[in-house]
Amino acid sequence: MQQIFNFIIRNSNRLLFLLLLGISLALTIQSHSFHRSRVISSANFLSGGVYERINHVNEYLNLRTENDELVLENARLKSLLFNKEDTTKIPLADSIKGVKPADIIVSKVIHNSYNTHENYITLNSGRNDGVKQDMGVINSLGIIGVVDNTSPRYSTVVSILNMKSQINAKIKKSNHFGSLTWDGKSTGFVQLVDVPRLASIKKGDTIVTGGQSVIFPEGINVGTIDKIYIQDKTSFYVINVKLFNDMTNLGHVYIIKSKDREEVINLEKKGKDE
Amino acid sequence: MNSALLVNIFRFIVFLAIQVVIFNNMNFLGYISPFPYILFIILYPVNSNRSSLIFSSFLLGLTMDMFCNSGGIHATACVILAYYRPYIFKFSFGLSYEYQTIKLNDSLTPERFSFILVSVVLHHIILFVLLAFQFRFIVDVLLRTLFSSIFTIIISIIIIYLIKPNRR
Repeated sequence: MQQIFNFIIRNSNRLLFLLLLGISLALTIQSHSFHRSRVISSANFLSGGVYERINHVNEYLNLRTENDELVLENARLKSLLFNKEDTTKIPLADSIKGVKPADIIVSKVIHNSYNTHENYITLNSGRNDGVKQDMGVINSLGIIGVVDNTSPRYSTVVSILNMKSQINAKIKKSNHFGSLTWDGKSTGFVQLVDVPRLASIKKGDTIVTGGQSVIFPEGINVGTIDKIYIQDKTSFYVINVKLFNDMTNLGHVYIIKSKDREEVINLEKKGKDE
Repeated sequence: MNSALLVNIFRFIVFLAIQVVIFNNMNFLGYISPFPYILFIILYPVNSNRSSLIFSSFLLGLTMDMFCNSGGIHATACVILAYYRPYIFKFSFGLSYEYQTIKLNDSLTPERFSFILVSVVLHHIILFVLLAFQFRFIVDVLLRTLFSSIFTIIISIIIIYLIKPNRR
């Protein structure tokens, strides 16, 4: 017994080091391996508050570009409004084109990272505003990511510039599906993989979100085809997609609260149970 | 004793604050970002309690991880740097050097420079390896380590000169 105590006292530094190293390595590996529910995230009172303060200053400096974007979006919405043929016959539609019955939560990016392989965005609305895990996040130009962690007032988002992110997307004109991933190289481009070679595609075609995922409604803009590669071993295309969004410069965003989501998930669960 | 503790707490908060507010937003050429917050570990009093250094470095790294959404990579790199700090001291100042007489925030000698260099490179290589976590990014990791280390060292030396106590 004496010897054990002596050993612990003599090696207290090393034991402390090994303990803390173990904890931090476990946190690292956990954050790399599991897609969801990381232990340490910036969706909390301290870092969320700090980022909100910093964002107040930055926002003031970017008022001009923000205004320009709002004017553009206003113009787009106005044109949609004026081009409607008969206002009495419209089925219940929401503010964004192509959205099925869904609610929109307006939120603001208070912190945005884009210089690592796994990027996250922090938003200034959380559980109190109705944000839940796995909700889609878009802005006026296109998709941004999927909600990851939430706290009462803040939430983190897995950006599409994250190698762990996989979002269902399709080619607008031909309905061929693929999944949207990122190779970690350029912030302006993402990759659409697993598109069958049967699909007739050419440079400049538009990519939109597909209807297979319950996170995003169908038909939200992603980007245009920039380059097309053919995988030798398989019969699939790898498409380089140029994003409509500038992911390094994000302001106001919309969180999509899909009403069908729970119904679809319950239905699929039922199918698996039986 | 008490004043040293207060100075350390003050440094902890100040280095963390400037890192989060200023240097985390500095994406030079898209991927080069300096991490001068590790000056807290580098400038920690030389002859003080070693386990308190390791533990406070862990807290420092964990807080950085919280702000960067990065799991535990900063914590790992900081803990390793804190644990190997005495060995780096021996490496750059030599065995015969008395620990008590080393003052880092003084004029820059080759020994002090080599100490900062080795510490920064050790921290950054662990950080970027864990950040990428895949072998196919090895070139990317090395490039990031190289450029970010250069950037961090320059900024660290500027900060050391700025906070140097002015005796003359």
